[in-house]
Amino acid sequence: MIGRLVNFFGEARYRKLRWRLLAAALALILIIDLLVPRHHTEHFWDAIPGWGAVFGFASCVAIIFVSKFIGHKGRIMQGEDYYD
Amino acid sequence: MTEWMHPALLMLLGALLPPLTRGAGQKLLSLLVPLLVLYSVSQMVPSTSGEIAFAGVELVMFQADRLSLVFAWVFAIMSVIGNLYAWHTEGTGQRVAAFLYAGSAFGVVFAGDWLTLLIGWEVMAFASAYLIFASRNAKAVAAGFRYLLVHVAGGVLLFGGIVLHGLQTGSWLVGPLDAGQGGLAYWLILISFLINAAVPPLNAWLTDAYPEATVTGAVFLSAFTTKTAVYVLIRNYPGAEILVGLGVAMALYGVVFAVLENDCRRLLAYHIVSQVGYMVAGVGIGTEMALNGAASHAFAHILYKGLLFMGAGAVIMMAGRRKLTELGGLYRTMPLTVVLYMIGAFAISAFPLFSGFVSKSMVVSAAAGDHRAAAALLLTVASSGTFLHTGLKLPYYMFFGKDSGLRPPEPPLNMLLAMGIAAAFCIGIGVFPQMLYALLPYPVDYQPYTGVHVTESLGILMFTLLAFVLLLKHLDPEDTISLDTDWVYRRGAALFMRLAKGPVQIWEQMLITLGDGAGLRLMHRLSRLSLMADIRVVDALVNGVAETARQGGLVLRRMQTGVVSHYAFWIIAGLIAVLGLPLIAGIGAR
Repeated sequence: MIGRLVNFFGEARYRKLRWRLLAAALALILIIDLLVPRHHTEHFWDAIPGWGAVFGFASCVAIIFVSKFIGHKGRIMQGEDYYD
Repeated sequence: MTEWMHPALLMLLGALLPPLTRGAGQKLLSLLVPLLVLYSVSQMVPSTSGEIAFAGVELVMFQADRLSLVFAWVFAIMSVIGNLYAWHTEGTGQRVAAFLYAGSAFGVVFAGDWLTLLIGWEVMAFASAYLIFASRNAKAVAAGFRYLLVHVAGGVLLFGGIVLHGLQTGSWLVGPLDAGQGGLAYWLILISFLINAAVPPLNAWLTDAYPEATVTGAVFLSAFTTKTAVYVLIRNYPGAEILVGLGVAMALYGVVFAVLENDCRRLLAYHIVSQVGYMVAGVGIGTEMALNGAASHAFAHILYKGLLFMGAGAVIMMAGRRKLTELGGLYRTMPLTVVLYMIGAFAISAFPLFSGFVSKSMVVSAAAGDHRAAAALLLTVASSGTFLHTGLKLPYYMFFGKDSGLRPPEPPLNMLLAMGIAAAFCIGIGVFPQMLYALLPYPVDYQPYTGVHVTESLGILMFTLLAFVLLLKHLDPEDTISLDTDWVYRRGAALFMRLAKGPVQIWEQMLITLGDGAGLRLMHRLSRLSLMADIRVVDALVNGVAETARQGGLVLRRMQTGVVSHYAFWIIAGLIAVLGLPLIAGIGAR
């Protein structure tokens, strides 16, 4: 069973199904996030439905591009023989 | 009668056994000793013992309170798991080192006074370094020496701080330090703790050395050093404001470097830096909830990070590769490793029902509850990055992605079992958080499973997944290494040598040339001149005076003839001279 589960994520033929599952999961999360009761909130963003989705997506994009920018432009990334 | 024995002592005694045994007996002992330690910890209640006076200093070798017991529990559990993972190895030295390492970590956690803590601290550095040297290749040995240099330097700072603190306050007992009173001692001790907690810019020893350790050694390394540092920070620096900023910065620092990383265990090492950032920030916030959060996150972290290092180690051992650019497609033959690794990945990413969710959120909520909105938001950004790397990038390029053609089998059963136990803890803590909360130093009034918290967390994580899938091309690992602050002592040492060989040597040569050539000639000429002056002027004067005195003496001698009429003549001549001189002078004046 574990083998089949792992194969589902690895094999190309399940690609479409994986996309559909992801889309369904994302939609479900957004819908529940809209409906969930928000009684006591610690910060203003806790009161905004869909905040987590937007913040998560934006964070991930920012992390990728900012890091790669620093890595390439800041000359952090070097050849493997740099210290040799 | 006490039912327990000091875990450090048990481990130390255990460390004597591997060299005396071999084969199955040694393997059995390597599990029995940590199991005995685990039993011993389970029997402990908060207490103090082993108080002795040493050279006028009061030592408390064993002091257990709720805080030390949380760490003792997880150290003991991880010792069992780590030794099970290393069951198949034949390395006697590594078993000894692992026992000494865990034992000294217990020594620190139960130390009631600073000197006992210092001894544990130093043994920890050397025992852990062995696990890096044991890889026995040139890169690992070099990294091991750099690791030791940093930790020995840290140990010296700690020693200096402790002595200053002891002399200033007269107390050698560990406990919260006061920035206002401590002065230099406060900062020396803090810096030595920050080195071990791998707080940037003092982090590079970790990401430099851990990936070079042996497959089994890295599992122990990921557990003890940084977490004892978190323990001593909670114990001695609760509420130190500087730690909030440092913790948040290091949570993000690890995430940024993880994007750039190609070595699978180095990527995980950067996420140790990132995760310890949450704990350091928690200590800085300093409320009861934040300190609980730091302790519980350390507990959860040791288990899921151990699991992740075990998973990556299994891949390195079975596939013989460590770079993401050289791995890929392993899911076909290592499905169990994939699943076990992913449980660790979900735990570190703080998915609901996994351990990170119930511990990390405590720190973030404590930040929010303490009106630190920026800290809470930035720590949430780092969470997204955590899932991006350990949960998505690393497994994708290691197990899925482009097929590397490698078809390694699953690792040995003992490794899978060890990973399975760690995975069970990751899920168990996530599903039954009360079990962990019951161990925490302060009473817990926190409910992680609220509707908003669950949906918001899932939103953050799943939309991170969406961004990952959409931007996959930008994440392809590159065949590079990243320069970190170890540049200072790796390149800095080379620069220093160049400086020593260049300008410094030229300067020295110039001094030598000057001395031997022009300088020496000048000295010769000067001394010749002074010799001449001595002979011609000084000696001539002295000789002249002496000659005059001799001549005068001769004249006087001739006057003493013994004839009275001669004496009378000289007396009269003298009188005339004495009386006459003023007259002559008077005439001259007129």
